[in-house]
Amino acid sequence: MSVTTRDLAVGAFIFGLAVLVGFELISKVPATLHTPLMSGTNAIHGIVLVGALIIAASATSTIGDVIAVGAMVLGTVNVVGGFIVTDRMLGMFKRRPAAPPRDEGDARG
Amino acid sequence: MGDAPLATLGYLVTSVCFIFGIKRLGSPATARSGNLIAAAGMALAIVVTLVRLRFANWELVVPSVLVGAVGGAVAARTVRMTAMPQMVALFNGMGGGSAALIGAGDFERLSTQGTIHAADMVPILVSSLIGSISFAGSMIAFAKLQELMTGRPITFPLQQAVNAVLLAGLVAIAAALIVAGQGAAAFVVFIAGSLCLGVLFVLPVGGADMPVIISLLNSLTGLAAAATGFVLANEVLIVSGALVGASGTILTVLMSRAMNRSLANVLFGAFGAAPAAGVAGPAITGNVRAATVEDVAALLAYARQVIIVPGYGLAVARAQHAVKELADELQARGVEVKYAIHPVAGRMPGHMNVLLAEANVPYPQLYEMEQVKHEFSHTDVALVIGANDVVNPAARNDPSSPIYGMPILNVDESAHVVVLKRSMNTGFAGIENALFYDPKTVMLFGDAKTSVTALVAEVKEMVPATA
Repeated sequence: MSVTTRDLAVGAFIFGLAVLVGFELISKVPATLHTPLMSGTNAIHGIVLVGALIIAASATSTIGDVIAVGAMVLGTVNVVGGFIVTDRMLGMFKRRPAAPPRDEGDARG
Repeated sequence: MGDAPLATLGYLVTSVCFIFGIKRLGSPATARSGNLIAAAGMALAIVVTLVRLRFANWELVVPSVLVGAVGGAVAARTVRMTAMPQMVALFNGMGGGSAALIGAGDFERLSTQGTIHAADMVPILVSSLIGSISFAGSMIAFAKLQELMTGRPITFPLQQAVNAVLLAGLVAIAAALIVAGQGAAAFVVFIAGSLCLGVLFVLPVGGADMPVIISLLNSLTGLAAAATGFVLANEVLIVSGALVGASGTILTVLMSRAMNRSLANVLFGAFGAAPAAGVAGPAITGNVRAATVEDVAALLAYARQVIIVPGYGLAVARAQHAVKELADELQARGVEVKYAIHPVAGRMPGHMNVLLAEANVPYPQLYEMEQVKHEFSHTDVALVIGANDVVNPAARNDPSSPIYGMPILNVDESAHVVVLKRSMNTGFAGIENALFYDPKTVMLFGDAKTSVTALVAEVKEMVPATA
């Protein structure tokens, strides 16, 4: 399978629209959320894992296999690590109106 | 595009999940669900892809994905909250590396089938270039934040010229590859050159500007992912990559604005201009006064209002729980306690909020810089814990300082300033701080956690609780 110029044109069409959506998505984000937001979008570009899987499926040589393994491992780390780290960060923000004591910092009030 | 209609529809659902996920990540109430929605979309895309490919080459896929998933999960679960920024940099680099390898993999596959058409070659080169820059740049950012190398800007003569020549060389190789449609050796040189460019691009950026750079590299990896979408004619890669590239760019601008630095300045600017460090402004004169735990405890316990200014040093010492306890003890003695959070306290915007939330500091006590900046003038004690650059008056009154113009917390307006610090070392930006020599300032040297714990004990002993 090879890419045609029509594929590229359709791709550019989709790319252009998605860029506009991306610009619109983020406007007034409180500074508190900058780091989690960066981390969340960081996990989303882990979508390259999909590309790595496609490369792995079509690899026909040893070197192709090696490249695909590298791409898959790196892509999976990006996806799994990215989402978990973001969730951990955001977990810190959850409101606890009457928080149960979780450690020594909570013991006194 | 797309050989299976159902797979394409699945990718559509994924794209919608990502759009709503990013949208929800931008607001505190919905952020966590946004992340989960995005993760669900990701899982769907992966399953759809595996099914569409009929689990081809699964004996290669399964172990690779397992290794990556376990590695990523363990790293993400065990990393300390203080090390979060470099963890994000590391994951980002992984994504960039993956994108570059996808370009390389497609190059390898197509080159066994004869010459490669320009329609294939151009996206291959773009994804390899951007992916490699992002990978190498992120690794340098990681090394700087992890303090595997100096956080200071690394500069050498003709740096910009070298970068320009390197870029021109890469363009020339790319042109030759597009015309020839082959050339494994040239492609390897192209990748190596791209990696060098990534390293050179981040080296001159100072540690204090690292958050902005990581955000920029994040959006670059998004673009690399979009480029792999062109390589493989895959819609979901193009859409997701474009979303991250665009939203990441906006986020980068927001972050540099929060630090009052233009993006161009971060990339090529003041921190890179090394001579300033040698002749940094008027010489700082005066003496540093070291205080004892008893002195400071008395100051605090008899104050009406105390503002705590936490910095990265607090996080490193893992003193956030002890600080919370000190604040509670002071409040039990009728002292008003507020936390002043500088937008870039810690090492990234929002980093300090995360750390204090971890210690269950009540949200209403956290004040952003804008809300608290007029409070210092009627505050008895400003307690600066492990913060340095964000309270450095040079940002206000020394035009030659590299941080000049950065908004700071004017702690020197309060009646007393107490600085808890390990030593007289300079902060992340590597510059002296006149605040420490201010006659109003006393220093309490030592590990932040030890000092604060001692303060808690001393306050308890000195004054009985009234409330």
